[in-house]
Amino acid sequence: MSQVINISPLTRIEGHASIRIQLDDQGEVQDSKLHIMSLRGFEKFIEGKSAEEVPRIVNRICGICPWHHHLAANKAVDGCFEASLPPAGRKLRELMHTIAHAEDKLLHFFFLAAADFVLGPDSDYQARNVIGLAKSNPELAKQVVSMRSKAKMILEKFAGKAIHPIAGVTGGFSKPLDEQDRKDILQEVRQILDFALYTMDFAKNELFPPYLETIQSLGVIKTGFIGTVGSEGEMSLYDGNIRLMRPDGTFQDFAPAEYADHIGEHVEPYSYAKFPYAKSWEEGFSLDLEQPKGIYRSNCLARMNVVESIPTPRAQQELLEFRERFGRPAQATLLYHWARLIEEVYACERAVELLEDEAITDTHVRNPAEAKAGRGVGCVEAPRGTLIHDYSTDENGLITRANMIVGTTHNIAPMNMSVNQAARNLIHEGDVDEAILNKIEMAVRAYDP
Amino acid sequence: MAVRAAEEWLNACSGCEISIVDMGERLLEVLEHIEFVHMPVIMDHKYYGQLGDQAHLSIPEADVGILTGGIRNEEHLEVALEMRAKCQTLIAVGTCATHGGIPALANSYSTQSLLERYYSTETTDQPAEIPNQGVPEQLERCFALDEKITVDLSIPGCPPHPDTVYAALMGLVKGELPELPSKSVCDTCPTHREGKGKVNKLRRFLQAPQYEAAEPLDHMRCFLEQGVLCLGPVTRAGCGGEKRTPRCISARVPCRGCFGPVKHDGNQMLDMLTGLASNRVDITALPEHASLLRFSGAHCRLRGKDTRQEETCHK
Repeated sequence: MSQVINISPLTRIEGHASIRIQLDDQGEVQDSKLHIMSLRGFEKFIEGKSAEEVPRIVNRICGICPWHHHLAANKAVDGCFEASLPPAGRKLRELMHTIAHAEDKLLHFFFLAAADFVLGPDSDYQARNVIGLAKSNPELAKQVVSMRSKAKMILEKFAGKAIHPIAGVTGGFSKPLDEQDRKDILQEVRQILDFALYTMDFAKNELFPPYLETIQSLGVIKTGFIGTVGSEGEMSLYDGNIRLMRPDGTFQDFAPAEYADHIGEHVEPYSYAKFPYAKSWEEGFSLDLEQPKGIYRSNCLARMNVVESIPTPRAQQELLEFRERFGRPAQATLLYHWARLIEEVYACERAVELLEDEAITDTHVRNPAEAKAGRGVGCVEAPRGTLIHDYSTDENGLITRANMIVGTTHNIAPMNMSVNQAARNLIHEGDVDEAILNKIEMAVRAYDP
Repeated sequence: MAVRAAEEWLNACSGCEISIVDMGERLLEVLEHIEFVHMPVIMDHKYYGQLGDQAHLSIPEADVGILTGGIRNEEHLEVALEMRAKCQTLIAVGTCATHGGIPALANSYSTQSLLERYYSTETTDQPAEIPNQGVPEQLERCFALDEKITVDLSIPGCPPHPDTVYAALMGLVKGELPELPSKSVCDTCPTHREGKGKVNKLRRFLQAPQYEAAEPLDHMRCFLEQGVLCLGPVTRAGCGGEKRTPRCISARVPCRGCFGPVKHDGNQMLDMLTGLASNRVDITALPEHASLLRFSGAHCRLRGKDTRQEETCHK
């Protein structure tokens, strides 16, 4: 009596996905698939549009990380039109990018993931969420909500729109930052940094310790990693070269414009999302748990693994401790949560650095641009991974061709593997309960897809 | 007793859900009055039972249903119909739900051409077959909700302002359907207008508008009067929330229409082109016109060469 388990929809993730687990006659896992259910076709429908308008169209790819799409697209359009940026324009873009990172991680950790740790993976599903958290710990909830809003309101107050931003423009940024705003935002970001440090300690000392065994086993797979690094191999979320690391820790760096030489996208019949893989390893593509081929991961755990260092003091200290405990590259999937909190510290520290630089208030924030034929590849580290927008334009500056590789999609293949690993380890003799199914989802949720 | 609410996202980006979270501390207040019984982004209720062993998709009954996103595939349609069946009052939240939103730009193309492009980009392994196992079939175009189900209240915005979401939810707790602004973005825009200017040609937004950084917004001249395309006149007000100032304008960037037409069934492209032409502005300077409908391309406003699309739009 074979059986199919249909976990649908996956919850506390962004977007539409489901997991289908096929059991054999003995009730053992025969097969599992992660279905990505939606496709909107941005690559096609931005064709023919004025390139300078595209950064305020493609931000709709994701309402959680619209800033990162907005800015990668702006970089690509700058490339098409050969636009140069004044220093303050570039700094403001990075500031928005960095604050958006800080906000995003608080959202994921507390609103989506934390319930599994605070209330437990096997707690009642009706309360296993941020609302249940708020009821069980109203003081913390209040602080979380207020800190996250603070970050979000900085983006809105200064840049007009926080969700689906418009302030990045071809050739720079749409408005300068005045001195009073700089001081106000700096003060607020310092408060968020304090909260980030508090969260790091709280998670390390209270939330994670009861789950250390689960962390070392649930959804664990062995893969390579991808992330952006600065010229010394240091963490760099806004700009740099892409580093592609093999499972053994060796790596190769390349400029974003060369991405197509290194990354291929495999198509499987059960997922609208494609499966990016390391084409340059020349071993093909396989999701086999024992011998995966071409599989690498993105997002915060990947970035923790690929960087040589983090160029801000508190986050660097956390990275050293993380490496000491888990090695490099760290492979345990649930360590994404730990890595995310380190990155939260980095994002806040980096935002403070940017705001302490008074040159950020220079009123020259935008250079005029001219529509022309060209090609541009824009790349940033989005919260969910290396984000690539690649456009070509005609002589009127209209898009003729677009290709995008979105952060989350790098993790489609490894998420399939983690689901498979978790299902095979947890389901035996047809014995399935809600806690088991939620643990399988936790193996996906860690990736924050 | 708390109001029971169910929430679902369809052809959406999650921006509307984040806008709900962006109510900040007011969210905690809302949660004292509203009990969510289904909301995939933050809670774990499942369609096919908590053990994934039921045959049919099911959402619990609720007083209020909140739907974001338009309808693009078979699963969206199934969820929308189930929400309609189970919710007494159904609210369309966000411009994708009310008018198709950005994803309805796809309606200028056939579904087949969208799929073919996505599965043939330069990084995609060839030959690639279009996925068809365990994924919902794409419909012929992207629909606004009211093309498929009855909607009781529409709250447009990409995304709606948290102030509006808060007011709407608290209104529903009291059993009231809130009223939305019936004005245009221009009616809430502080920029300075001098009347019909001398602009006879529009330019693209490739350089900064004229303004002094140290001066407030009301010292900056209207974008249209500066010769920059702005969709304020044909777009519903409300994006600024209680502060009123339109959000894009506050960043010195022109409006692109994200709250949809001023009246629900208005046509942003037609109204804008007519307005420009009557002011003797040369509309041929705009490189393309489909973008004027970038937020409201559902309801057959944007159409591609797709026989299935043509059939349904001519009915």
